[in-house]
Amino acid sequence: MKTRKEKTGFRIPDLSRAAGPISSIVAIAVGLMIGFIILLISNPARALEGFAWIIGGGINSAKDLGNVLYYATPIIMTGLSVAFAFRTSLFNIGASGQFIVGALGAVLVGVKCTFLGSFQWVVGLLAAMVFGAVWALIPGLLKAYNNVNEVISCIMTNYIGMYLVNWIVKSTVYHQLTNRSLPVANEANIPKLGLDKLFPGSSINGGFIIAVLICIFAYILLNKTTFGFELKACGYNRFASRYAGISEKRSIIMAMVISGAMAGIGGGLLYLAGSGKYINVEDVLAPEGFTGISVALLGMSHPIGTLFAGLFIAYITVGGSYMQLAGFVPEIIDIITATVIYFAAFALIMRNLLQRFRLRKGGERT
Amino acid sequence: MEYIIEMRDIVKDFPGIRANDHVTLQVRKGEIHALLGENGAGKSTLMSILFGMYKPDSGSILLRGKEVHISGPRMANELGIGMVHQHFMLVHNFTVLQNIILGVETTQNGFLKMDEARKKVVALSEKYGLKVDPDALISEITVGMQQRVEILKMLYRENDILIFDEPTAVLTPQEIDELMDIMKGLAAEGKSIIFITHKLEEIKRVADRCTVLRMGKCIGTVNVADVTVEELSEMMVGRKVILKVEKQEKEPGRPVLEVRNLTIRDHKSKSRKNKVHNLSLTVREGEIVCIAGVDGNGQSELVQAITGLIPADEGQIILKGEDVTKKSIRYRNTHGLSHIPEDRHKYGLVLDYNLAENLVLMEYFEPRFQSRGFLKQKEITAYAEKLISQFDIRSSEGARTRVRSMSGGNQQKAIAAREISRNPDLLLAVQPTRGLDVGAIEYMHGQIVKARDSGKAVLVVSFELSEVMNLADRILVMYEGEIVANVKPSEVTEKELGLYMAGSKRSEAV
Ligand SMILES: Nc1ncnc2c1ncn2[C@@H]1O[C@H](COP(=O)(O)OP(=O)(O)OP(=O)(O)O)[C@@H](O)[C@H]1O
Ligand SMILES: [Mg+2]
Repeated sequence: MKTRKEKTGFRIPDLSRAAGPISSIVAIAVGLMIGFIILLISNPARALEGFAWIIGGGINSAKDLGNVLYYATPIIMTGLSVAFAFRTSLFNIGASGQFIVGALGAVLVGVKCTFLGSFQWVVGLLAAMVFGAVWALIPGLLKAYNNVNEVISCIMTNYIGMYLVNWIVKSTVYHQLTNRSLPVANEANIPKLGLDKLFPGSSINGGFIIAVLICIFAYILLNKTTFGFELKACGYNRFASRYAGISEKRSIIMAMVISGAMAGIGGGLLYLAGSGKYINVEDVLAPEGFTGISVALLGMSHPIGTLFAGLFIAYITVGGSYMQLAGFVPEIIDIITATVIYFAAFALIMRNLLQRFRLRKGGERT
Repeated sequence: MEYIIEMRDIVKDFPGIRANDHVTLQVRKGEIHALLGENGAGKSTLMSILFGMYKPDSGSILLRGKEVHISGPRMANELGIGMVHQHFMLVHNFTVLQNIILGVETTQNGFLKMDEARKKVVALSEKYGLKVDPDALISEITVGMQQRVEILKMLYRENDILIFDEPTAVLTPQEIDELMDIMKGLAAEGKSIIFITHKLEEIKRVADRCTVLRMGKCIGTVNVADVTVEELSEMMVGRKVILKVEKQEKEPGRPVLEVRNLTIRDHKSKSRKNKVHNLSLTVREGEIVCIAGVDGNGQSELVQAITGLIPADEGQIILKGEDVTKKSIRYRNTHGLSHIPEDRHKYGLVLDYNLAENLVLMEYFEPRFQSRGFLKQKEITAYAEKLISQFDIRSSEGARTRVRSMSGGNQQKAIAAREISRNPDLLLAVQPTRGLDVGAIEYMHGQIVKARDSGKAVLVVSFELSEVMNLADRILVMYEGEIVANVKPSEVTEKELGLYMAGSKRSEAV
């Protein structure tokens, strides 16, 4: 009597496989639609033209495409950071702090350790990874040993991280005139791996490939290894994990550390990109951390999903920059890209909530 | 209008399975109507449809002769339908009173009219003998009382069609008696009751009619007075079921588990009474020891101390001659201990993992399921499929099914299959057959006896006297954290056991 039927209408949504990408695409469509409505309101006559740029700007030229990959790189990493933690039921809202602390590690090595020669960029990235990991270790320890909610400690470490980085930059690698960090040595820049020939004029470099590899690594770690099995089990049900002999504390700490390392690498990848990025000494939290939350949401907290979600958001951003040609001022452009991104994420949150609600109803069963 | 509820020709598909296949259920006003069927037969699904939680794919529901479309639990409530789910739906950090009025609060100028609500609740609880403390937090009261809260919730909403989904699975025999009386009282008042249970004698005791489901199909409806328990179980499983456990006498071997002078203090409430007090016991090879007792007399704490989930305050736990009192849970799990926990949702399963993942939850790190840290997906699936067919675990998509979507009895089967198949030296089973149908109980008891016959030690905690009497080679009765009796089932009657359990008798041989 096993009759496998695909039916529409009300039924418990199948969380597995196909449901993920489809709902992400629907959410993106919703976001785009709302973006279009705002375009219509702000400038009805050229709305269509502007919208066309958002949709098509990212593939306008090889340079644009290269820049899409370049912009995507750091937010893929922060997105992955949030997604990885989320898979283990931790909400790492501290990716912003870990990102900038990681960036600091990279810049310190990039400026100071010129003796490393052609290994300088590698060590720089490793430093970024370690710095980010250590920064996430703090909320991890607090959660594991004192049951402090990670959201609260993450927000704290975001601010502490920002001020700490400002202070260290000022006292070590500071360029007074521009109020930012000194440029890193040439050796510290991530090799271009010929990508600059493929996408001439863009800022792309090997960092994108590194991000892709780390996504794949995260996917394997989560889904194919006993370690990932433990991390997820703890996230889903810590009592059952304890019963199965899994150390809950270790899982929480490791999940945060790995998540932080990813955000830290994100910082390293951006500031060692050789694209003229410096740490500005200003009291602003790194926005990449928060974009990461949208990326993770759009990517359904799936490592490969975040890869595509990061690309999408970068694509919209690059496309949006062309809207000036249709007479839109940069502020409006920012609003519209943000609208697209956040409404897409919002649509997904709503869907997830609904789904959770239904699953609980139908799920907790006798 | 003969029937108060008629569910006609209900069909409900889930991906991979048809849970209800043209089921018809007709309930008369004022009757207790039992719903019987194997694990996964579709009982809970059918009731969830009546309660508005699922929409049927086809079929119709008639309420007092008029067709209705129930869009959700809220509407079901407005139509007078209430449901007690087996896994209760209470808010744990709310009080009893708050839970009862949740969703139907009466307000005045935006303020809750608590006093009125309290009066009504107290009146109801007195009228029906549903003892509750309105100000206690849900997290701090027993399962039995939580259930009374669920019942009061229905009565408070003045529902007159009451659905009970396996209410007795979580209750002690005393509480079951009380519940049966309450149900009879409610029916006598004209309320109509649908009652799901796997215990046939309960059906005989209270139900007027009984509808039997098998594999999603309706087998028929009978007058309970016209059939025997045996006939009912045959209707349900499709074959004769032997409820008596067959086992040979066996001389126990060396001790496998020794608990010496174990004391566990009550760390929560500062009462001086210990949860477990200076308790010693031994379980030997080839022996089934059953711990009987009323829930809450320290059984849970004893079991959790043996498994390492809570530390022992004093005393020792010795497994196969080795002191494991200070050892980790993983150490005990890998050194011969296997455990069917009391709370299957809290401890036993990761509900969002699939069946295969849950079946290897205790062994995923063993070389046969992993190499160099990588899971051997193929071996895991193959092993899962073996257990699924061996223990007849029914689900919609086999090894890939998310455990959350499985029926309660099949979830229990999955845990039991996992723990028994690990081939432990000591099998520690708490309520191993809770929520199982008679066929599955027969099989599970058979497996436990088989383990014992192959020289394993088995320690069972059960609140059900019939299970204890049937299964045990030796019975220990626990009362207020101590063992008050140590007897052979052949030397004791159920009545005597009851006396021990109530603390009014103590045997010398302890
Ligand atoms: N939400 C769901 N998604 C997928 N399958 C489901 C869902 N709910 C139930 N099923 C499947 O439908 C079948 C019937 O389940 P149901 O819970 O109704 O059984 P039951 O008769 O209540 O069994 P038990 O006695 O074990 O509680 C089961 O095979 C179950 O796996
Ligand atoms: Mg059920």
